[in-house]
Amino acid sequence: MKRIGVFICHCGINIKGTVDVEKITEEIADYPGVAYIENYIFMCSEPGQKLIRDVIIEHKLDGVVVAACSPTLHETTFQDALEEMNINRHQLEVANIREQCSWVHTDIEESTRKANLIIKTAIEKLKLNESLTPIFAPLTKRTLVIGGGIAGIQAALDIADGGYEVLLVERNPSIGGHMIQLSETFPTLDCSQCIMTPKMVAINKHKNIKLYANSEIESIEGFFGNFKVRIKRKPLYVDPDKCTLCDDCTAVCPVVVPSEYDEGLTWRKAIYIPFPQSIPATFTIDTENCLGFNPIACTKCQDACEPDAINYDMKPETFEEEIGAVIVATGFDLNPVENMAEYGYGKYPDVLNGLQFERILSATGPTGGEMFRPSDGKVPKEVVFIQCSGSRDPERHLPYCSRICCMYTLKHAKLYKHKVHDGQPYIFYIDIRSGGKRYEEFVQQAVSEDGIVYIRGKVSRVYREGEKMIVHGMDTLTGKKIEIEADMVVLAMGIIPSADTDKLVNILRLNTDENGFLVEAHPKLRPVESIQSGFYLAGTAQGPKDIPDAVSQASGAAAKVLALMSNDEISHSPIVAIVNEDLCSGCGICVDTCPYGARELDIIEKIATVNDVLCEGCGACISVCPASAAQQKNLTDEQIFNMIRIYTNA
Amino acid sequence: MKLPYYPGCTLKANAANFEEAAMRVMKDLGYELQEMKDWVCCGTVFSMTNDDLMLQLASIRNLLRAEEQNLNELVVLCSMCYNTLQRAKKFITEDEESLDKVNDLMYKENIRYKGSVDVTHLLTVLKDRITFDRIKEKVEKPLSLLKIGGYYGCLLLRPKEFAIDDFEDPTIIEDLLSSLGAESIVFPYRLECCGAYQTITKKDVTIKRTYEIINSARKSGCEAIVTSCPLCAFNLDQRQKETAEEFIEFEQMPVFYFTELMSVALGGGWDKSWSKLHYADPEPILKEKGLI
Amino acid sequence: MSYKMTRDIIKNSLVQKIEELSGQNVFDCYQCGNCSSGCPVVDYMDIMPNQVLRLAQLGATEDILNSETIWICSACLQCSTRCPKGVEVAKVMEALRSINLRKRIGTLDPKKIEIEDLQNLPPIALVGAFRKLTG
Ligand SMILES: Cc1cc2nc3c(=O)[nH]c(=O)nc-3n(C[C@H](O)[C@H](O)[C@H](O)COP(=O)(O)OP(=O)(O)OC[C@H]3O[C@@H](n4cnc5c(N)ncnc54)[C@H](O)[C@@H]3O)c2cc1C
Ligand code: SF4
Ligand code: SF4
Repeated sequence: MKRIGVFICHCGINIKGTVDVEKITEEIADYPGVAYIENYIFMCSEPGQKLIRDVIIEHKLDGVVVAACSPTLHETTFQDALEEMNINRHQLEVANIREQCSWVHTDIEESTRKANLIIKTAIEKLKLNESLTPIFAPLTKRTLVIGGGIAGIQAALDIADGGYEVLLVERNPSIGGHMIQLSETFPTLDCSQCIMTPKMVAINKHKNIKLYANSEIESIEGFFGNFKVRIKRKPLYVDPDKCTLCDDCTAVCPVVVPSEYDEGLTWRKAIYIPFPQSIPATFTIDTENCLGFNPIACTKCQDACEPDAINYDMKPETFEEEIGAVIVATGFDLNPVENMAEYGYGKYPDVLNGLQFERILSATGPTGGEMFRPSDGKVPKEVVFIQCSGSRDPERHLPYCSRICCMYTLKHAKLYKHKVHDGQPYIFYIDIRSGGKRYEEFVQQAVSEDGIVYIRGKVSRVYREGEKMIVHGMDTLTGKKIEIEADMVVLAMGIIPSADTDKLVNILRLNTDENGFLVEAHPKLRPVESIQSGFYLAGTAQGPKDIPDAVSQASGAAAKVLALMSNDEISHSPIVAIVNEDLCSGCGICVDTCPYGARELDIIEKIATVNDVLCEGCGACISVCPASAAQQKNLTDEQIFNMIRIYTNA
Repeated sequence: MKLPYYPGCTLKANAANFEEAAMRVMKDLGYELQEMKDWVCCGTVFSMTNDDLMLQLASIRNLLRAEEQNLNELVVLCSMCYNTLQRAKKFITEDEESLDKVNDLMYKENIRYKGSVDVTHLLTVLKDRITFDRIKEKVEKPLSLLKIGGYYGCLLLRPKEFAIDDFEDPTIIEDLLSSLGAESIVFPYRLECCGAYQTITKKDVTIKRTYEIINSARKSGCEAIVTSCPLCAFNLDQRQKETAEEFIEFEQMPVFYFTELMSVALGGGWDKSWSKLHYADPEPILKEKGLI
Repeated sequence: MSYKMTRDIIKNSLVQKIEELSGQNVFDCYQCGNCSSGCPVVDYMDIMPNQVLRLAQLGATEDILNSETIWICSACLQCSTRCPKGVEVAKVMEALRSINLRKRIGTLDPKKIEIEDLQNLPPIALVGAFRKLTG
């Protein structure tokens, strides 16, 4: 029989506070198989680990149970300690008596009893553990980045600069995301396009980057280090090699559609270029609105195109690519505001959302950067900004803080004041959140010097009277009910994950939180990766954030990928399924059940097989196998039954 | 050694004890406070409006007199006079235009004011020139057993650029009291305003202030407090009468000028006439501690 | 009743006057309330010192000029020394008093001082009060 050492950790008072460690030490000392038992204040500390190493030699142990915190935290720490003493790392079991016991109970007697049982199950499991070695698999040193906003662009550039290939998939005809729509950026007020376009051009030029614009992910299969992805590229209907960007086509196109780039404040044609600095730089036809795709065809643009670049018969193409890792940077959308009826958005042309106001401020926007209001082109003299429009409102809208609106609203008010010196901006707010570097200074300076009036309170409603928008609000600092006759109202709408994130997440098998943002592996310690191996997160797809944070996270994700790519192989846990060939009848149920495609049927031998590299050790096939032929290494039926018996006998 | 001295009105009336004691003490220490000639009221409160040169004239006229008499410094006892003279001087001399305007307003004067006169509070003289160590050596009757709190009020510390010590955590009065042998106590309300001139229009405000400040001192273990401002002394001492009427459980506490206690400690003794200028009788405690 | 805000009210001529007399930018105040929490006589005020700044920011000058607060303030400068934004609140109070005093509006009528008080009061109290409170 194995000689097992048991080490019980106090975790300061985290465990000892509710579990009587002395008592269980005594109780378990005589348990069959236990050759040594000890408790200690911090097992994870160096003295704690040394204790394990010393006892292994002294007491000739061949297995160790550490009763402490969750194995996700310190399993590898203790496994490494064993390996140092030349004992296989799979001869370690962690009994979680903190998260699953001391933290969730208050009754000392009961939690001591429970901890005792948890430790015994770990001992039972360990008794039948095999010594295993990791499985190695090749690594495809190519990365897929999904989303061509600033986060995706930054990640792609960092990885490509590191010398590895990147595929950048953007579903719009051009990369750039929301940042290319912005006027100037807080807190430095540098021109957004000026700092964005060089990065876009770099994407286009980089020898290690392959750009798939107008494209979406159709499917992904395979496993960490070796995925196969299918990318579907929608046709542009314009041959980028022939198109000279002469713009003759748009002049003749009879269809007008609201411009996405200008957030509906201007119109574009059915054949269009998203914006002058588009990358890839080419015109494209929007098939949903183009008449050329209807039975009674219109071919005006084709007729006008001198270089003959337009071709209505282009078909969608699908590409299959091999990749080793994925960065998801699909960004955000503004919370649609149809449901903010009380602020009259959509009803009154002079009630705008933040992105529309960005376009009005922008030199490339519909007004060429001049401050005119949409309804009648007059210069608005009194402008009301409403922060937290639909954010921090768990009852009716988004429960969370969108993080960027405080700062962009202040930026809006400031830029407005720079354009209209005798105008008055008012900002209704509940709090001003300016935690970023130099943000607070930006706020204070703007208030002191630009005469921006902050009014603490939420606006109850906005309605139109003649040319004015009447705003009803409150100044909770004085208790005054405020009424303002505004010429324009700007709603600082919160942000939500970009459209169809849910569909993409299904394809990638990732998790989202209750608000639809991608979930990181650990909120503090692993903020740029998904719990799913090989998937990394960047930018607003993971949660609201501004450009500096989006870029930091993107570079962080890229660093993780570069670390991965610097390996020649990836190692894979040996805890996988095995098939007892004598028992397998070859029914194939496991093949259909396996979510990772790791199971196959050997038609000649009529038995099921396991691809070790694909198997994630999830156990799905084991539970469905009618013949109990499938077993999981180090988690066999026998081990599980022995563990259960501890509880049923207790 | 002679020190040019500016008394101010109240030291010639309600706070005569403050001045008399100071004269005695300074003599013991080898100095003479020599009263400047032709002084007038300092204007008491400093006017804080930016365009108000008129209201600075009273202060400036005193400084101009001093310049005329070739004095380069005025030593001041009253916190209020100290504060007003200092601030007026800075306000006027900060820019030439104001200085010119003020001089034009005083066109009947013989000379034009230049701004050369420094204003120093007596406490600063004691600390920096005479030093507390030297005072300690001179002590004949240590104030041991006397538990006493230093009350600064506003004018010695605010605005902060004229503070005679750290404006949030001063120790100058406590250090002086310690050098006299007393057990000096730091109490929470020692920097808080006494209500000042509100004593006329809003007597209830000053009464409440007195109640809170004296109670704060008592809670911290003080048996008496000292001040250097005659207005604080009036509010904290004389107003104890009304305070006791308003709050029945209120107990009296003597309020001294720091010079009075210095006189007792340095052997100058206590003058019976001083007691008459106090409301809360200071004699019992002095007797109890064997000081008079 | 709602308070109707317009760009003409913000920084109106009276606010400008207050700023000119006090040398303070009322928009420097970020409403932390430190001034009010340290004010020794705040209990007797009808609007708090921070609200004085706030109302000035909103342009509601009538509310402050007619307030009891500006006459309760004893110019102790506690607020000015503690304000994290360097707003000299006491100077704002003084400016508000001055605007009233210059229109001969004050709260101290020398004829109304009680005789007993008049005999006891030190000159420092009388002169001080006349200067701060008599229009
Ligand atoms: C009004 C406003 C003003 C702002 N002002 C500032 C400012 O001044 N300073 C500042 O720091 N921040 C500002 N921000 C925040 C800034 O816009 C964001 O932090 C930044 O754009 C986030 O970049 P991103 O790459 O995460 O997302 P996005 O910019 O949204 O990019 C995501 C990209 O992914 C693509 N995509 C989405 N789904 C898919 C899919 N399934 N497949 C392929 N591609 C997909 C999208 O088409 C898009 O191109 C502002 C935001 C708003 C709304
Ligand atoms: S302390 Fe200063 S910033 Fe704070 S509320 Fe008062 S004036 Fe405003
Ligand atoms: S100066 Fe006036 S407002 Fe400021 S703390 Fe003193 S009494 Fe209060």
